Amino acid sequence: MKVKQIKLMQGNEACVEGALAAGMKFFGGYPITPSTEISEISALKLPRVGGKFIQMEDEIAGIAATIGASLTGLKSMTATSGPGFSLKQENIGYAMLAEIPCVIVDVQRGGPSTGMPTAPSQSDIMQAKWGTHGDHPVIALSPNSVSETFHLTIRAFNLAEKYRTPVFLMLDEVVAHMREKIEIPVASELEIFDRVRPEENDTKYMAYKVPANHLVPPMASFGDGFDFHVTGLMHDEFGFPSNDTDNAEKLMNRIMNKVNDNINDIVDYEESFIKDATTIVLAYGITARSAINAVKTARERGHKVGLFRPTTIWPSPEKQIKKLLKNVKKIIVAELNLGQYVLEIERIVAGQAEVFFLGKANGEIITPTEILTKIEEVI
Amino acid sequence: MTKRTEIRLSGSGGQGLILAGIILADAAISEDKNAVQSQSYGPEARGGASKAEVIIDSNEIDFPKVGKADLLLVLTKESYTKYISSLKTNGTLIIDSAIDIDCGKSSFKIVKLPITDTAINRVGKSIVANIVALGAIQEITGIVDKSSLEEAVLKRVPKAMIGLNKKALEEGYNLAVKTS
Repeated sequence: MKVKQIKLMQGNEACVEGALAAGMKFFGGYPITPSTEISEISALKLPRVGGKFIQMEDEIAGIAATIGASLTGLKSMTATSGPGFSLKQENIGYAMLAEIPCVIVDVQRGGPSTGMPTAPSQSDIMQAKWGTHGDHPVIALSPNSVSETFHLTIRAFNLAEKYRTPVFLMLDEVVAHMREKIEIPVASELEIFDRVRPEENDTKYMAYKVPANHLVPPMASFGDGFDFHVTGLMHDEFGFPSNDTDNAEKLMNRIMNKVNDNINDIVDYEESFIKDATTIVLAYGITARSAINAVKTARERGHKVGLFRPTTIWPSPEKQIKKLLKNVKKIIVAELNLGQYVLEIERIVAGQAEVFFLGKANGEIITPTEILTKIEEVI
Repeated sequence: MTKRTEIRLSGSGGQGLILAGIILADAAISEDKNAVQSQSYGPEARGGASKAEVIIDSNEIDFPKVGKADLLLVLTKESYTKYISSLKTNGTLIIDSAIDIDCGKSSFKIVKLPITDTAINRVGKSIVANIVALGAIQEITGIVDKSSLEEAVLKRVPKAMIGLNKKALEEGYNLAVKTS
């Protein structure tokens, strides 16, 4: 019998539950507020499902262990906050070029530097996009509730496995620490994606060759018996370093296009009161909770306002926003930083609508009243 | 139907107010309502004034933070000073009667209850003051049912402490009955 399981749960706990439901078998990390519960609960629960938890000596080692574990075939995750996210960037780039799936949770807190450890923020949004050097494919998701944290953690694992790339789950302190109602779905109803592996008897296996009808190269696990080489240098289809310019161009195009050509599959978003809206508020994560409240009040006051909430932050929902511009003349971007995602929206809008910004970086969340005031100011 | 009700539980660190907030939210959810529980972390969470917040609503809860509270529980003088201005006009203040304050002519309802005294002298342990307070809040507001509150409390206490916590709840109900 399928029984609905309704629970009161904290966001960080829902992240771990989602990860376990997705098949996480390894967590390597270094605890940092406000993500610490993710480490704690992973340490408690992973051994019960035959998984492993390692607290490493620092954040850099945490991501390194996570990447290593993924190469042995395990679904792996690490969790951190701004300062740790900075430290992990070099290895994140490594995982992107070497195409190693893993999930990296960043519970954003006030920054820069050690900043305000216990205060919410959304100021790592551009770091998710550009934190590591070189051109690289980025997938980043941002939930606005405990329940959505559960589901987007599963989605982060699925996308990581499908596209063989690290995926960011961008939480904030409020979503991570608040407790609210969550309905835990029955496991059999969840869609779980596992990485494509080479056929056991594939004698011609090349670690970085994409066979026909494949999105990415099948991924062998260390220990399976396949010989392969993994490097952060530009590499050929065997995985060996190569400075060949044609090869580099082909590889770079391939790792970028596996995301860019599949934007429809990766991008997800939610629209509220959009149909006749001439003004929209664009917000994600915790700020979207304030925004929907403000939009509802604005509607009661007769304003034609809607909410656009990307749950996939990167790649950005460019096509969907452009489509909105037929009716929408004004866009208010609200986020807990001093102007990050608004730059992407301005790029997409390219002068076709007025873009306004409402930001904050003092450790408090943006309130519904502040957003409502902004709506009535620009309308 | 429960209209959005914002509750702030305040006192000093170590009084179990966050646990009380979790229990209250859990009880509400077991009744198919929505609830959000949050807290402030940081330096003030260690001793000094500390608070836990709960929002209960039959409808979906958009904004998850408490602004002006409908109900404010105050267990220390310091928390009274810090949070009293965040109580709504016509809201309810439940305050430990050991706290010496002059509320004068106030715009809110004041309920003075010997919460910590009851925990120490009638239940037998000061640590259950939070549970006594929950009993009183239930009796005064009816925001959750007694049965779901009791279930949520007992879910979180070790077996050996069940009797003590049941007694604490009972004493909490009784305290509030007497004042009404």
